[in-house]
Amino acid sequence: MSIQNPSRFLLNHVGRLDVRRHASDETAALVYRIVLVGAIALALTIATDGFATSANLLNVLRQASLMFLLASGLTLVILSGGFDLSIAANLTLSACLAAGAMKSGGSPVLAVATAMGCGASIGLLNGLAVTLLRLPPFLATYGMLWIVQGLAFHYMGGNEIFGFPNGFRALGTGFWLGVPLPVYMMLIVLIGGTVLTTCLNFGREIYAIGANPEAARLSGIPLGGRRIAVYTISGLMAGIAAVIYLARVNAADSAMGEPILLPAIAAILIGGASLFGGTGTLLGTLFGCVILSLVIDGMNLLNLNANWQPMMVGAILLVAVLADALARRQRGRAH
Amino acid sequence: MTTSQQQKGLRSTVRRKRPLPSIVWVSVALAALAAIGVPGFATRGNVSDIGLQVAMLVVIAMPMTLVILSEGLDLSVGALLSLGGVVLAQTLAMGAGIVPALLAAAAVGVLAGGVNGMLIARLGLPPFVVTLAMLGIARGMALVLTDGNAVVVATPAVAQLYAMSILGVPFPILCALAAWALTHVLLYHTKFGAYVFAIGGNREALTLAGVKAKVFHVAIYATSGLFAGLAALLLIGRMNAAEPNAAIGIEFDAIAAVVLGGTSFERGDGWLTGTVLGVVTIGVLRNALNLLGVESSLQVVSVGVLVLLVILVDSLRKSRFLGAHA
Repeated sequence: MSIQNPSRFLLNHVGRLDVRRHASDETAALVYRIVLVGAIALALTIATDGFATSANLLNVLRQASLMFLLASGLTLVILSGGFDLSIAANLTLSACLAAGAMKSGGSPVLAVATAMGCGASIGLLNGLAVTLLRLPPFLATYGMLWIVQGLAFHYMGGNEIFGFPNGFRALGTGFWLGVPLPVYMMLIVLIGGTVLTTCLNFGREIYAIGANPEAARLSGIPLGGRRIAVYTISGLMAGIAAVIYLARVNAADSAMGEPILLPAIAAILIGGASLFGGTGTLLGTLFGCVILSLVIDGMNLLNLNANWQPMMVGAILLVAVLADALARRQRGRAH
Repeated sequence: MTTSQQQKGLRSTVRRKRPLPSIVWVSVALAALAAIGVPGFATRGNVSDIGLQVAMLVVIAMPMTLVILSEGLDLSVGALLSLGGVVLAQTLAMGAGIVPALLAAAAVGVLAGGVNGMLIARLGLPPFVVTLAMLGIARGMALVLTDGNAVVVATPAVAQLYAMSILGVPFPILCALAAWALTHVLLYHTKFGAYVFAIGGNREALTLAGVKAKVFHVAIYATSGLFAGLAALLLIGRMNAAEPNAAIGIEFDAIAAVVLGGTSFERGDGWLTGTVLGVVTIGVLRNALNLLGVESSLQVVSVGVLVLLVILVDSLRKSRFLGAHA
């Protein structure tokens, strides 16, 4: 028997029952996260003066949008059962190169193209290392993290590049109808990504690969090609996040990306994606980003020393992984 | 053919066909190349410099070999090393002796490593995310304890200890040798060592044989934390101060050394001496690049490229090896 449309076949014969059973689970998980956002917001409204102002709330959204742009690509990688530790270093190098392009007289368009090209190429290299060299994803991307970070250190030589044209800065600081531009970017990526993952074969194939690579291979899905595509998208999103970040802070240095790595991973896990692949949604990741941004914003408003931040985010990440494991265990028991 | 003859035949086949890990050739070739091509490399002073530079990495890479043999990973050792240094320096500043202070640092390491191990072994969580979270927590704790500033070591005892040498062998190198010897005995001459290989190779069989594999699995990560806590003595001895951001990224060199040494991430397949050769190779590479005036950021890149090359060669050799006899 020849199968005309492998992913449709797989979903019809393997996935359908599961999808229906999980549909109510996913709605419950979503409601749970909305309640969590509401609870944190309510607590911060009561505890601090400056929280419930529109300026602060827009700031939280802007913070969340940067985190989401970086985390959305990684979400796809995690859905496919892989991992990408190099995204933050990728963001750093892409931002530095874009800054360098503008400093040497290039136009903002060239800078954006540089960042996106740099990000996508690093992602492509990750994909090749994982598929052709058959390296474990975390090892390949961890090696890439240091290689890329080293290149960024070398390129910057300990200096900062700052002061960019207004047209470029608007990408990070501009407003349209009173809402920051990065927030629109976040919504575009969310809608586009959700269509990609839920309506198109490509997305379904990614879920199938993450849930059961062997079954996916047997039903004719080209594993290598899909994996390379997913890592390239992850790199591209790091490049896009680099543009937004650079435009917002108006300065590039060789350590700018590193603090966002832990929050981005934590946001994805809070959003309900499983590190074992096949489970999770981009909307969940968005909620994870909003929850983390609220917590970080709250820490700032409560005048907590910035030194506490890595510890706090590390602890949140640990709790999120723990919850992931417990949920998986419960699901295993229910079936 | 009797079973014993078959076994004998099998064993000799295995021995004959197993290729020597690339690291043996790579390390010798790299050292020879540096000795010929880099002025000032093959001097007595420089060789002992390399020894001092890699001593701390050996202490970190030894338990990393155990961790990777068990199909795990520990990204938190660099941060635990910094945290251990901060705890050590602050305990010394409170007037404690060097031994209680070192015990405190070791206790912090064991505690953090134990938590890593519990989450990984008991709940089956992916090691790299658990230890990444621990990295954040440990670094954050070091920042909070010091308020982001360096802590100067209050007593001259640490510097004296660091500068001490026995029979002409400097103290850091003695520590490295002790760590190597201890890990070697642990891995090859105890039940624990056999279980380390088995946890990576066939965990299911180990559990079915009635071994409490999870206890030993936790112990592997606790050992990693313990060695990181103890190595803090070398870290603060070198700079005579504890910085909350010191030793960041040393876990990358440690993982690179283990992988260079031919230890696989699958099937509990590896070689402790290979790790030592891997550490020396990285030390030689960095030292030679240093002498050639290459900045440290590009040294990181070259280590990464070297690791990729060796993995590529190893996998090509392995696939040819398997292809010829399958």
